[in-house]
Parts: sequence; C-alpha cells; structure tokens
Amino acid sequence: MNDASGANRVGDGTKTPGEALNPLLVMDRVAKSFGAVRALGDGSLELFTGETHALVGENGAGKSTMVKILAGVYQPDQGNLRIDGKEVVIASPAAARDAGIAVIYQEPSLFPDLTVAENVFIGRQPLRSARRIDRKAMHRRVLELLAPLGVRLDPERIARGLSIADQQIVEIAKALSLDARVIVMDEPTAALSAYEVQRLFRVVETLRASGAAVLFISHRLNEVFAICQRVTVMRDGMRVLSRPLEGLSPDDLVRAMVGRDVVEREQAGVIERGEVVLKVERLTREGVFVDISFEVRSGEIVALAGLVGSGRSEVARAIFGIDRYDAGAVYVGGERLKKGASAAAMAAGVGLVPEDRRLQGLVMELSIGGNIALASLGRLSRFGFVRRAAEHKLAGEWATRLRIKYARLSSQVSTLSGGNQQKSVLAKWLSRRPRLLIVDEPTRGIDVATKSEVHRLLVELAQEGIAVLMISSELPEVLRVADRVLVMREGRLVAEFFHQEASEESIVAAATGQAQMVVP
Amino acid sequence: MSAPAEVIVSTTADESSSSRRLADLVFKIREFGIIAVLLVFVGVTAAIQPRFVDSQNIKFIFTNATIYALLALGETMVVVARNIDLSVGSVLGLSAYLSSDLFTRAHGIPIVGVFAAGLGIGLACGVINGAIIAVGRVPSLVVTLATLYVIRGFDIIVVGGGMVVASSLPSGFLAIASSSFGPVPYLAIVVAVVIGLGAYYLRSFRSGRELYAIGSNPEAAQLAGIPTGKRIFTAFVLSGGIAGIAGVLWASNYGTIDSTAGTGYELQVVAAVVVGGVAIFGGSGTVVGAAFGALLLATINQALYVLGISSFWDEAIAGLLLIAAISLDHGIAASLTSALRKRSLERAT
Repeated sequence: MNDASGANRVGDGTKTPGEALNPLLVMDRVAKSFGAVRALGDGSLELFTGETHALVGENGAGKSTMVKILAGVYQPDQGNLRIDGKEVVIASPAAARDAGIAVIYQEPSLFPDLTVAENVFIGRQPLRSARRIDRKAMHRRVLELLAPLGVRLDPERIARGLSIADQQIVEIAKALSLDARVIVMDEPTAALSAYEVQRLFRVVETLRASGAAVLFISHRLNEVFAICQRVTVMRDGMRVLSRPLEGLSPDDLVRAMVGRDVVEREQAGVIERGEVVLKVERLTREGVFVDISFEVRSGEIVALAGLVGSGRSEVARAIFGIDRYDAGAVYVGGERLKKGASAAAMAAGVGLVPEDRRLQGLVMELSIGGNIALASLGRLSRFGFVRRAAEHKLAGEWATRLRIKYARLSSQVSTLSGGNQQKSVLAKWLSRRPRLLIVDEPTRGIDVATKSEVHRLLVELAQEGIAVLMISSELPEVLRVADRVLVMREGRLVAEFFHQEASEESIVAAATGQAQMVVP
Repeated sequence: MSAPAEVIVSTTADESSSSRRLADLVFKIREFGIIAVLLVFVGVTAAIQPRFVDSQNIKFIFTNATIYALLALGETMVVVARNIDLSVGSVLGLSAYLSSDLFTRAHGIPIVGVFAAGLGIGLACGVINGAIIAVGRVPSLVVTLATLYVIRGFDIIVVGGGMVVASSLPSGFLAIASSSFGPVPYLAIVVAVVIGLGAYYLRSFRSGRELYAIGSNPEAAQLAGIPTGKRIFTAFVLSGGIAGIAGVLWASNYGTIDSTAGTGYELQVVAAVVVGGVAIFGGSGTVVGAAFGALLLATINQALYVLGISSFWDEAIAGLLLIAAISLDHGIAASLTSALRKRSLERAT
C-alpha cells in the first residue's frame, strides 16, 4: 500500500514518524473565504505515513473547511497541497480519490438499497467474461478488505439498517479498496457507542500500522490522546500548534484551542433566579423521547446537551407546539400549554430560534427589517395594515442593540453573513419580549467573533429575566453559557449538571453512556 | 500486516447473516405476494365463472399482459433510477400508427422493416425525453408529462380522422400477436425471454447496478463517479425504444389503429411496476416483479370483464392495488429498517 512512501523511510524501524522524514501530504498555508467570512486563514498540516494525526479546534476553527479542501469539495483561494513532495490540485471528489485521499464522514452516505459489497465497489465491481459482474470475487474481496480490520460484516446484506459505526467501516473498506494512503476521519466517533468507539480505534490502529496516514478529527480530547501521535490545533482559521502529542496535556490543548479570554458567566448572585417559567412534566413522544421532566426559571440559561439524534430538538419542537406529544404536559408561567399549537405557545410568551435559520428561521426573500418585525406584526398593525414606520423603528432598535452589521434595513436578509442572519432571527423573537426563549444550535456555522457576541447576548437576556433553553452540540458553548446542563441520550434525560460541576468529559460520558475513558 | 488476534463482529447485528436472511425473506414475501394475489384472483373468478380459465381467455390475458410487461421493463429501468416515464402510452400510440401505416404507404415492406420503424420512432422519443432530463436537468415527471401530451398531439395531427384497419395489414403481421402454443402466445414467450435478459442486465452489469445506485442515493452516486446523466439518458432511450416496439406489437394485436391507441397506458404501466414491487422512489425492485405486476393487472382487467362488472371498477381496483402496494412497501421498508436497527441497539447495550 505504501510502496512509494516506504522508499522515503529511513531504515530506523520505528513506527513513530520523525520530523526528518518527508511528509506524505502537506497542506501549505491554505486559505479559504466565503464571501466576507474567512473560514480558513492558515490551513497548514503535515501528514506522515504510519501516523494518526489529530486535528483539533473549536467548531468554526476551520477544521471542516480543511477536510472539505482535502476531499475536493472546496477549492482553496490560496496555498497549495503536496503529496510526496509534488504539488497536486484536488478539483473534485474524484480527484481526491485518485490522489489517494479518502474521507470518512461522521454519517456516511451509502446506497441503502445496495449490498455492502456493492457499496464498496460501485462502479468498480470486479468483472468476469463479457464484462459481467463477478459477485463471488467481489464478496471475497470485501471479506479480504475487512479481515485485517478485524471486522466481520456480511458483504451480501443491504446497507439499509446498518449502524453508523458499520457504515463507517464500509467507507473504510472502500477507501482501502481504492488504495487510499491518506484517510481523513471527520468526527467519526460523535455518534458511536463506547463499544463502537473501541472497535473504530482498533481499526484506526490497524490502518496506521499498515502505513496509512490517518487524520483524526475529534472534539474528545481523551480520544485524541488515546490514539494519536501528533496533533495540529486550529483556532479562528489559523494553525496555532503542530507537534507530537508526547509531553502535552489535555489542558495544553484546550488552552491552544481557546487561546483568548473566555466569556465567563458571572455566576449566580448577580441576579436571583426568579420564578419557574417553563415546567415540562413527563413529556413523552412514542419512539422519540420518553418521560422528560425539567424546569427553567426566569434568569436562567439551561442547556440541553446530547448527541445528534438524542431527541433534544424534538423536545424543543414539542414544547413550542410544532410537534405533537403522546403524554405529559408543558406549563409556561403556570398555565398549561395546548399541545401541538405553536400559536398558543407564542401567545404565552415563548420564542423559538430554530436550528436551520435558512429553512425555518428567516424568509430569505424578505428585507432585514421585515424579518425582524415578522413575529411582531400584530402589535405593529392598525386596522389590519402594518405601519411601515413602526416596523422600521422596531427593526432598527433591535438591529442596533444586537449589533447586526447591515447596509440598509430594506436589503434582503440573504445579503447578511451567517452570524448576522442568526442575530436577525434572535432579534425577531426578542422584539416580542418573550418570557421563554428556546434557541436551537444558536451559533452553528457562524464565525468566532459573532459567536461570542451571541453568547454575551444570551447572558444579557437571562440577566433581564428571560428564561433561556439552549440546545447545543458545542460543549465549550454549553460550558461557557449555561447555568445548568441537562444531558439527553436516546430520548431520555440521563444527567443534570450545575455550571460548576459540568465538564466536557462528564457531559460526553453521560451523552454517550460510557464510563469516562482513562486518559493515558 | 498481521490479522489482529480478536475478530470484532459487526455492531449492527449479532450474526449479520441473519439480518441478510431477514431482508431477503422480506423481499421474497413481496414478490410471492403478487403471485399469491394473482392466484387468489384467478381462483375466485374461476369459481364464479369457469369460462375464465378456458384457453381462449387465458390467451387473451397473456397477450394483453405481454404488452404491459414489455412496457414495464423499460419503465422499471427508469423508475429504479428515481425517475419516471409518463410518455410511454403516447409513444406506443404514435409508433403503432406510423409503423402499421407503412404497410399501405410502402407496399411490400418486410415486417422486420416495420419493426425497425417502430423501434426508431420510440428511440427518437426516448432521446428527446432523455436529453431534456439528463442534459437540461428538468425533473422527468414534468418532462414526460409534457411529452405525453406533445407526442399524443402530434399523433392526432398525423392520423387526422383516419385509421389503419386490419384488412390493410398482412396476415403474417397479424399472426405475430395471435399465434400461440396452446393458450400461451409465442409472443409472450419471446417477451418473457426479453424480460429475463433485462433482469440479467440490471443484476449483472455495472451500468445496470448503477441505475439502482442512482435511485438509492443520487448525491452519493455522483460522488462515487457514476455518470448519472449518461445512465439516466440511456434508461429513457431504452424505455422509448421498448415503447416503440410495443406499439408495433399493439398494432399486430388489435389490427385497428387510430389516434387513441395506448391512451392511458402510462398509468397502467406505472401501476404494474409499483404493484410489482419496484420502489417508486428508486433503488429497489426487479423487472420480473414488474412483469408479474403487469400480469396481475391484465388478469384483473379480464376477470372483471368476464364477470360482467363495469370497466369503471377496473381502474378503481388498479388504483386500490397501487395504494396497497405503496403502503405495503412503505411499511416493509420502515419495519425492516427498525428491525435491523433494533438488533444493533440490542447488540450495543
């Protein structure tokens, strides 16, 4: 598999790559911007054969952009890529494949109706006479690919219903069948159980030992220390650290990742928690979530954490009345909310900032001002007509207060950057002066500066007495902003932490149902 | 590289071959289901009206089913790739008239020449459909709905008030659809072989499997380097060509051809395909299943006629079967997925 690179290796026999060796893949000061937002300023990386290299950084630090550049999905604006010292252009996913780069995504995209073997070999099935597919050979080769990984999967079963872990294995087998030398794993463990993570680690170790270069992206530092040899830390689109992990502590990495003053929540005592605003009692929706009970008080920020698919957003949607629920009750300010009626929830003073602002939060064709005023039209109308002046005044006030960067309030909202769009959604709900604000992934896909502004805003809102329920997959955000953290796993509420006792490790452990891993 | 000491099984199922057996079983049940419904229908109808199973009647059913099954072959290739061809009825009509009219226009034309003309007309229509869909990237539902009307309109202009009558057709041509081996028309045997070849193509050739891949996950197909445009174009050209041939056979079978030939066939064919277990959103199903779907619809058609029930019920029952088939597939897919998932959960905990 590594004939070409093997020639470069000095005969020292050690598996740990030294800086003296020529790297297999180099990403040299790669930059990428989207409109005004710079996603990546200095994406630099050296990957050696036979190493597992960690790429860490907070969300928005530029990791995903680097992965997509390696995968041929994005083209860099600046900088270059070299493989075996030769500059390469990866113009498409097919070009990435030809260059020997394979990307294993968090949730692979297989052909659910085709067999495992066909998923591995689609378009490249082994042939026998008359160009017919040689099924036997295909199945045998899949077994041969899987055997060294120590995984047993039936090549003849269809992919539908495979666990995410097994889907990743199918992708890895595909990568091996393509003789990929660089295997990029983009947060592969995020949706895996503890058992599956252990299995993946063994597979990664096998790949590494056989001479592949594995780029391992994870938010879980204990995993990084468990299987990686070297690490690259990204922050705000820049590389801040690249070195062997030996001699580093998790704290060192966190410091490198954060690297700036953390917006610390001024803790309780500043304001007394007020009365209970939201009370959720034994809320159940068959097959989605079970027996969810909690309270949110005025002035409090409660975070719902958990893996994607654990039912957090669904609980929020049920509270707001978008989805129905089968049992339980929701009280806002002591009044029971009618189920499945979002109008009633809004009347009771609940606001929901949804996860996908493009699809659910904003009317992209409407102006910035129009979007901000959209939820307040009733108050702004007289005799059924919206008073434009009042709309403009309201929108202007909130846009200023939230520091939305805009040219004119009458410009289309789609002209705003992601962060400012998100602030517009917040403004829309805040202008209604809600008692309870539910925010789902409030900072997904927005730049770091705006992100901390959104955090500051949420804290301010709480100080004004609004109860905030925040759903977030970004643990640093949860730890920074929330007074209390509720953790969901597979539709159940499994843990509750107060700000002081919450840590990334404890939340992840609860969310994945694993005992905390020992950090070596 | 040495194998690790410990072999780790799939995390999806305890014994993954049992999952496969479960999935296989479900699909077999799906295809046996059609045959079971077919047998029940034949049994019940025969019990009420024994004439239903006489040789003449069976032959009639087979002849009808043959044309539907042939169209279903082309339609299946389109539908497994998450597309649809609604123009097949109009293509059949145009081909039926233009090709059989050649017997009067070009005296002494060999029957093979007439088939070639029908095939050519069908391929031309298929190329138009395929080009707009694959190159223009317009949804096939819209494109073929439009060509359904355009081709039919063209047919009406060409035919005008005229028609081709059986007396103008050579007896050798009429014999193609009518000669039989006992109650089984030779044509049905030929079409069965063609369908067998189609099934083998879809199963055993890369381009055939790629149609399923496209229907199963179009984005992933693109990423895997499958030439999706080319494959979809080819599927529409094949579907058109098959509809062209079916038009010639239709002319041979009915003998009288005016501008209404094949009207409404597109829905019957789509119904046959879906009832035959081809997923309407692509990715799974076989041409053999689709052919059985066609046979089932033709049987119901004739059963109602023999029982003296209004032909209104014919279409209503076809509609009901369609809903039943789609609900069944939906239910199967959902319960299969959850059954396979459940195993993986049990495994994981």
